Amino acid sequence: MESSAHKFKDLAFTARRDAHLQAALGKLGSGFSLKRKEAARRLPEFEGLRDQAKTIKDHVLENLDFYLERFEERVIEGGGELHWCGDADAAQKKILDICRKANAKTVTKSKSMIGEEIAINEFLEKNNIEPIETDLGEYIIQLRGETPSHIIAPAVHLNMGQVEDTFREKHTTLEPGRKLDEPQRLLEEARSQLRDKFLNADVGITGANMLIAETGSTVLVTNEGNADLTHTLPRIHIVIATLEKVVPTLEDATSILRVLARSATGQEMSVYTTFCTGPKKSKDEDGPDEYHVILLDNGRSELLGSEFQDMLRCIRCGACLNHCPVYQTIGGHAYGWVYSGPMGAVLIPALIGLDRAGDLPNASTLCGQCEAVCPMRIPLPGLLRAWRTKQFEGSEKNTLGKILLKVWVTFVKSPKLYRGAMNFILMILEIFGRKSGGFQWLPLAKGWTQSRDFPSPAGPTFVSQWKKGLLMSDQEELQKRQKK
Amino acid sequence: MSDIVKNKAPVVGLFVTCLVDTLRPEVGFASALLLQRAGCRVEVPLSQTCCGQPAYNAGARADTKAIAKNVITSFEGYDYLVAPSGSCAGMIKEHYPKIFKAEKKWKNRAEALAIKTFELTQFLSEEVSINASTPETRITATYHDACSGLRELKIKQQPRELLLKVSGISLKEGKEAERCCGFGGLFCVKYGDISTGMVDEKIADLEATGAETVLGGDLGCLLNIAGRLKRVGSSMEVRHIAEVLVGSLDVPAILKTRKIKK
Repeated sequence: MESSAHKFKDLAFTARRDAHLQAALGKLGSGFSLKRKEAARRLPEFEGLRDQAKTIKDHVLENLDFYLERFEERVIEGGGELHWCGDADAAQKKILDICRKANAKTVTKSKSMIGEEIAINEFLEKNNIEPIETDLGEYIIQLRGETPSHIIAPAVHLNMGQVEDTFREKHTTLEPGRKLDEPQRLLEEARSQLRDKFLNADVGITGANMLIAETGSTVLVTNEGNADLTHTLPRIHIVIATLEKVVPTLEDATSILRVLARSATGQEMSVYTTFCTGPKKSKDEDGPDEYHVILLDNGRSELLGSEFQDMLRCIRCGACLNHCPVYQTIGGHAYGWVYSGPMGAVLIPALIGLDRAGDLPNASTLCGQCEAVCPMRIPLPGLLRAWRTKQFEGSEKNTLGKILLKVWVTFVKSPKLYRGAMNFILMILEIFGRKSGGFQWLPLAKGWTQSRDFPSPAGPTFVSQWKKGLLMSDQEELQKRQKK
Repeated sequence: MSDIVKNKAPVVGLFVTCLVDTLRPEVGFASALLLQRAGCRVEVPLSQTCCGQPAYNAGARADTKAIAKNVITSFEGYDYLVAPSGSCAGMIKEHYPKIFKAEKKWKNRAEALAIKTFELTQFLSEEVSINASTPETRITATYHDACSGLRELKIKQQPRELLLKVSGISLKEGKEAERCCGFGGLFCVKYGDISTGMVDEKIADLEATGAETVLGGDLGCLLNIAGRLKRVGSSMEVRHIAEVLVGSLDVPAILKTRKIKK
């Protein structure tokens, strides 16, 4: 997927003025987070499960080669094929290869963020293979030519009216008189369109929430059941997943499942949890003839052993997006690439380069809400700060911000100089601000004063006043006041 | 006061924070007075400037270390370091030891200081007790939980209990009291437009409580909230909790007109 992360500020500005988006974000803010809170409250061991889930993933990341090789062995033993792919290009080519060998014309797809990462839809289309998204949200945005704005709720930026308009425009067989004013009716309309596509597809592509080394299974979590139709009906099933998705055992997978849905939507379990273990066996009634796992690196192995390794624990639940006040203000598209919210702001620079996504790690107050809810206890604010350090230390270029910071640091490091400078600035500000009591414009602070007043100071610094012994008189005055 | 009692009084180094130091000295005086009422001897090291958080969050590691060393040197001699800010106290308590993880000598000193570092309401609730009560304060207030204090130092009940105990104020809770106000240090200047959206969400929640005063423990958030409230013409007042606990309500609230001394 092409990145527009370098246009973050402009995209965020536009997003703030998009009334439809703002209405949608308003609903998101409290919905998911309240549900998560309730789900966590209902399960007394939830916090312990988070620790356990973290421990499992940390162990995997320390022994990733071992578990990946074991996973590969099991996939092959089960009659499947495993394809190691270093980057998006390699994955695209491999998928196209498989589709061409099968003489595939249409491919159904269930929701996969890795699919977005490698832009598989555009690639297949270019090669005259029609990809059909079957997750309702993904289906809607595919019709609209958009990208997901949320990792688990891809069409969360849209309202019902917009979806209805899209269906009326794109579904040529839709009778004008038919009502589409309720979610259920919209769902039925999408289903009526998708039913034949499911049946006629040659290949089904799914993502995977986890890969299980013990069994060679891939785990899929959905709420719509579309993934099951995607991988059981076509003749060929392709799973696309990145390296860090592997877990050692079935039991480990279920431990992580216990925190996944609760963190994501506040459900105990997703409606469908599917374990796919290879192609159809001789006695099976359903299932694909071929089972391929595309095991993709795409930048992950570079994070191993780096200060960003913790990010590889991410299970893509979306809790950090749902709880992020920045995400809630601008939505997902402003981040400019596949991922968004705090996890996106950490992951995008790692995957496409810090120089192409320089705003993302900075556009956060580091409020810590993401880390507080992350089921895998990823220290997201710390990782955002680590990117900032790379930016600050890694570039020779002196931006205005950097120069100002350096000047400020020079003063802060020298208390006497600092005190003198501060008192001087305060004196000037006091003179100019005396009348109004505040400022509506200050040099270098447009970001603040464009929407907020800045107070006029009341005198010299506290430390200077304290030094002069002003405290005692203040105290006496206060005590006198109390006696009255 | 006898010499023995005097000697027993814990000596608190008041880390006043750069924002209070420059923009709201009243909070510094109120904090000092509260600490004295709680039986502490208060000292203000003149060598203090800033905790270094702006540099730290900008990724300037070497500068952060230099600033942190100044804070450690200035405050390690006291029994406690107390700051009227969860953000600065959190920086010293949670982040200084991490900053020096590769320098053993400084790491030890940072850890020693971290143990005795407290945010003001945390200190007044957990380490000492304050019995003096202020004259009945008739304000209806709501409390904004500043992010670092809440999530790094677990400050939630302490300010609320102190307000009830010392000033007889019970709060009208905002539904989103724990939501970030959008200040974020340099964030609010660099991403002013996003920050504005965030503070608008915050003030909508504060105003929905029907309270007339917003209280909080971090001047950064309070300046941000007060600055926006003033710009949109709201009558809500904004104060640091220390001002209320000490009873100095005749000082104008943040960004409300000050009386000019003649």
